[in-house]
Amino acid sequence: MAHTVRPSRLLKNLNAKIAAVPMMLTAVVVFFGFTLWTVIFSFTNSRMLPRSEWVGFEQYERLWSTRRWLVSIENLAIYGFLMLVLSLVLGFLLAALLDQRIRFEDGFRTIFLYPYAVSFIVTGLVWQWLLDPEYGLQKAVRSLGFTSFTLDPLYDPNLVIYGVLIAGLWHGSGLVMCLMLAGLRGIDEDVWKASRVDGIPAWKTYLFIVIPMMRPVLVTTLVLVTAGIIKLYDLIIAQTGGGPGIASEVPAKFVFDAMFVSQNLAQGFAASTMMLVAVIFVIIPWAYLEFGGKKNG
Amino acid sequence: MADATFTHTTPRRIWPADAAGPRPRKRFSQRNIIIYSLLAVLALYYLLPLYVMMVTSLKGMPEIALGNIFAPPTEITFEPWVKAWSTVCTGLNCDGLSRGFWNSVKITVPSVFFSIAIASVNGYALSLWRFKGANVFFTILIIGAFIPYQVMIYPMVILLREIGIYGDLSGLVLVHTIFGMPILTLLFRNYFSSVPEELFKAARVDGAGFWAIYFRIMLPMALPILVVAVILQTTAIWNDFLFGVIFSRPTNYPMTVQLNNIVNSVQGVKEYNVNMAATLLSALVPLTIYLISGKLFVRGIAAGAVKG
Repeated sequence: MAHTVRPSRLLKNLNAKIAAVPMMLTAVVVFFGFTLWTVIFSFTNSRMLPRSEWVGFEQYERLWSTRRWLVSIENLAIYGFLMLVLSLVLGFLLAALLDQRIRFEDGFRTIFLYPYAVSFIVTGLVWQWLLDPEYGLQKAVRSLGFTSFTLDPLYDPNLVIYGVLIAGLWHGSGLVMCLMLAGLRGIDEDVWKASRVDGIPAWKTYLFIVIPMMRPVLVTTLVLVTAGIIKLYDLIIAQTGGGPGIASEVPAKFVFDAMFVSQNLAQGFAASTMMLVAVIFVIIPWAYLEFGGKKNG
Repeated sequence: MADATFTHTTPRRIWPADAAGPRPRKRFSQRNIIIYSLLAVLALYYLLPLYVMMVTSLKGMPEIALGNIFAPPTEITFEPWVKAWSTVCTGLNCDGLSRGFWNSVKITVPSVFFSIAIASVNGYALSLWRFKGANVFFTILIIGAFIPYQVMIYPMVILLREIGIYGDLSGLVLVHTIFGMPILTLLFRNYFSSVPEELFKAARVDGAGFWAIYFRIMLPMALPILVVAVILQTTAIWNDFLFGVIFSRPTNYPMTVQLNNIVNSVQGVKEYNVNMAATLLSALVPLTIYLISGKLFVRGIAAGAVKG
């Protein structure tokens, strides 16, 4: 390796070190320092301005007894679980369909992926319009003669998160399809030949041979989709604004409102620290699976 | 048709394992009918919103109130587009979404430039100069890509306020440059790692220094990955909402924030046609990039996939 050839003294490669100063500052000050700062200040009683009066876990106790936070967590759990399962299923289905040597493959792929190019704001607004009970899909189907047809999730506190889910799936499943397709194309043709010779039906080959072989792609996709789910914010703002009432609140919105609207900084810090903890729970097992094995072997 | 152009411009079937699924024999086999009808139904779900946005934006309000959202406009009017672009009000300003558009341009162009400039130098230094400790910073950077922004936002507000650029465009550009750094650095590091070491060594023997090698050899070689990075960053920054709403003041709001304010404003009569025209207007830039770039866009997200 090159770095063993070149002796590394402080003045060696000085230009390279100077050039990397912005990266060092970003890594140390922003990603490490800022995160630490927020975690530390979540143990204070800061309200309008950050204060350094230590209150222990008081903010966390308050957070977990706040109804709005509990609703946020519940929503994120429902949305997250369904989004993970459905986007993986839908993405895989699309990828498998595109992988059948079909015509217009690029055209179909363009159609399935374009929502990923537009913002969550656009996504939220157009689905708000489509799901509008007075003008949208409900009215269109009713005008066909199905007068009792109901599709009005956005104004029903029990259903609103599923309305958001429809929009989230529309936006994100193309990405999953793309990753899955790359995974499918990486599978050796011989696997298919062998299973055909043995007379195994295609669906069984997918389920018991191909999908297990795609484990690395599946893990990456899982981590990516999860990271996106935890950040869920813009879509809610555009589509429901957290309503009706607080029925579609999510943690990222809770943090924003605590910090910038209700000036309850420490609650925002505590809530964002909880988000960080959630991410750590996802990342550590993944990092262990991905990199842990290699170091030992 | 878009389909045709994509088929012609992209190299197909790179290796035989392409499309490894069971092969169709006949054109109209039962299997093919199932596949194509499934694809058609799914395509409908993805295309429906775009279609509805388009037809709604071309109708007058009376037609929207009476008719069906899927019905094509009986009388096409471009008035909603004109109004959305130049006269619709947000707060006290009534100069339309054009303000947000130009703000977004003013935010996106320097942000894309600076984030790529810094990240390409990072990637170059990390892959070819490998000084001691570099990987520690790189690891922090990559882990940082997974940290929810909410955790770092408030200290960032304090920092920008202390420097005196909180609310300015320059502050927002700095934020985009910082938070775009992990993925872009990774992108460039991986690219420069594939550059033959001999090329680099030969330039060193010839006496070229850090910057000479970067500007004369590496940057021209990096053109393909530069294009991918530009696509990735332009789309991401154009579509950003969170940073825009936190780090800019109302006169500087990017298009996404202004769009949301227009459509979700509680005052006045809702003009759905203007709303949909405004929504389409702000989707136009990323959609154009997506349609023009094709495979390169996919490469960008594949690179993003490594990071998250």
